[in-house]
This record gives sequence, structure tokens and C-alpha cells, in this order.
Amino acid sequence: MSTAITAAAKESFIIAGREFTSRLIIGTGKYRSYEEMRSAHSASGAEMVTVAVRRVPLDRSSESFLDYLNPALQILPNTAGCYSADDAIRTARLAREALQTDLVKLEVIGDQTTLFPDNEQTLEAARVLVKEGFVVLPYFNDDLIMAKKLLDAGCAAIMPLAAPIGSGLGVQNPANLRIMREQLPDATIIVDAGVGTASDAAVAMELGADAVLMNTAIAEAQDTAKMATAMKLAIQAGRLAYQAGRMPKRLYASASSPLQGVIR
Amino acid sequence: MRVYVNGESRELSGPTSLTELVTELDLPPARVAVELNRAVVRRSEWSTTMLQDDDRIEIVHFVGGGHAAHFASEKRSV
Repeated sequence: MSTAITAAAKESFIIAGREFTSRLIIGTGKYRSYEEMRSAHSASGAEMVTVAVRRVPLDRSSESFLDYLNPALQILPNTAGCYSADDAIRTARLAREALQTDLVKLEVIGDQTTLFPDNEQTLEAARVLVKEGFVVLPYFNDDLIMAKKLLDAGCAAIMPLAAPIGSGLGVQNPANLRIMREQLPDATIIVDAGVGTASDAAVAMELGADAVLMNTAIAEAQDTAKMATAMKLAIQAGRLAYQAGRMPKRLYASASSPLQGVIR
Repeated sequence: MRVYVNGESRELSGPTSLTELVTELDLPPARVAVELNRAVVRRSEWSTTMLQDDDRIEIVHFVGGGHAAHFASEKRSV
């Protein structure tokens, strides 16, 4: 491994004072088996995984999903599936009680077809949860003004979408992410949702994201462990490229060999 | 006495605490969280929390998931 790659791998990513080496956060849904999920988690190098909160089924005994996760992983409970600030707040409180963590990935969905976030309800829930001591990581539309409001509300990081949840379309509005990075240089930006393959993750990181959260891109790959490895490398590559500072784009060619001394 | 657990009506024969309810439902106490009438009840308070007629209890656990999509696709397949 070259020095640069080692440096990128060692550089830490901090959320509310907690240090992580990996800039990849992954989901726990849609895997074909727990075994496959565990292998993918391990291949990804991720140190944080997100889990959802649901009613316990009462008609049958259910195994505890948490027991299938590597205990070294930081668990990030989410409010996935909530459609109002009130439901998201209740879900976050329940998750905190069960997991003894104040981290929460806040997600308030506004519409069943697009699964776009309800920014207004998200902000309302974020304000309440921050006051209650939660470390709030909100999923929201890639909008700078909303990002500022969420940060003003005290969110520890902001999680703009790259594309609709589960769409695999990749970063649809790179300009918005770039503007957000430039205007909010101190904010922790985690691109959440919409990544489909490794190059999408690299693009998000090249635009200046601090981390990427994904689920379907890995879970629905033919070979989940291989895709998890690809994502790990893409995130490192994208981070390095962002830090390196890319060359300017030009419309016309620009020779990279000396113009003098060409034989005639 | 009738209470509602996760939206389902349930008849209780006598005075029941949350601890007793969780035990009766055969749930792993360390892996679930309980809400009584929309307020979380700490695990340490379960044994002293006695259920009343018409109480609404939510008992949750954790499942695999990243985003809402996972659950939306489940809904469609029903």
C-alpha cells in the first residue's frame, strides 16, 4: 500500500467526538442471508451500520437481529419508515432506550412513491431530538438552505441524498453537493441514498462528502462481498482525489508533452 | 382488563406489570424497548409499571434496514 493510501485509510472521520477510520456506513436490509450480510459488512471495512426499529411480532418467536451483527460495529438506529415528526421522535426514543446510544439517523419520508424526505417534518423532529440530547444525523433533500437549518438546529452531521432511496442512480445533482461543501466547510456531510456502484461512491467523495451511507448498492449486488470491497476502495479513492484537488476542466486540448524539439 | 399490544387487543386476567407482560410474550428483555401510551418506559421501571385498562403498549425490536425502500418494497409485495 502506498503512503497516500495508508494516510487516507488512517485519517479519521469524527461524529460528535467519536472517531471512525472508515468513511463508509452501511445498511443491514435486503441481504439474502445473515451470513451474506456479515461477510459484506466485514469486506466493506465499515465501522458503523444502521438498523431499523419495528414492532415485535407477537404471534411467533423472533430471533434477535442484533445478535447477527459483529459486536464491534457501532449501531446507528434509524427512523426509516416514519412519515411524521412525531413517529420519528417516538422511534428515536425507543431506539435509544433499547440500544443505549444517542446516535440516530433521522428519516421522515414524505411520499411513498419517491420516498423523498419531508424536509419540514425532518427539521421539526431534529429540533426536538437535539434538545433531548440525541446526536442527530438527518436524511434530507440536497438543499443548502435546509442543510443550514439542520445545522443551526444542532444536528451533528447532515445527510443529503444522492438520488432516490434504492434507485442506484448515483449523484444526480453534483452541483448541489459541491455548493453545500463549499458553503459549509466545517459541516460533516454524509451522502445518504442513491449510490448504485463504486464510481457513484467515488463521485460523492470527490465532491467533498465526508462519508457515504448505502444499503441497496451492496445488498442487491450479485456478489455482495465483492461490491462491499469495491465501495471501500472507491471511497478511499474519492477521498484522496478530493484532497489532491483535481485539475481544471477545459473545453479544448492541452498538450502534456513539450512543444519544442519535435522532429521535422 | 383489556390492553392493546402493538395494536392488538389482549385480555389480561389480573394485575400485570410490564415485566410480566414481556415475559408472558416470551420476548428477550435486553433486545426490546417498550412504550406505554406513547411514552417510553425505561427497563428499570418495567417491574413497577402496572398496566391499566385500555393501555396502549408498543414493543419494538431491531430489524435489518437502511432506508425506507426496504419496507416500501415489502408493503408492495403483500
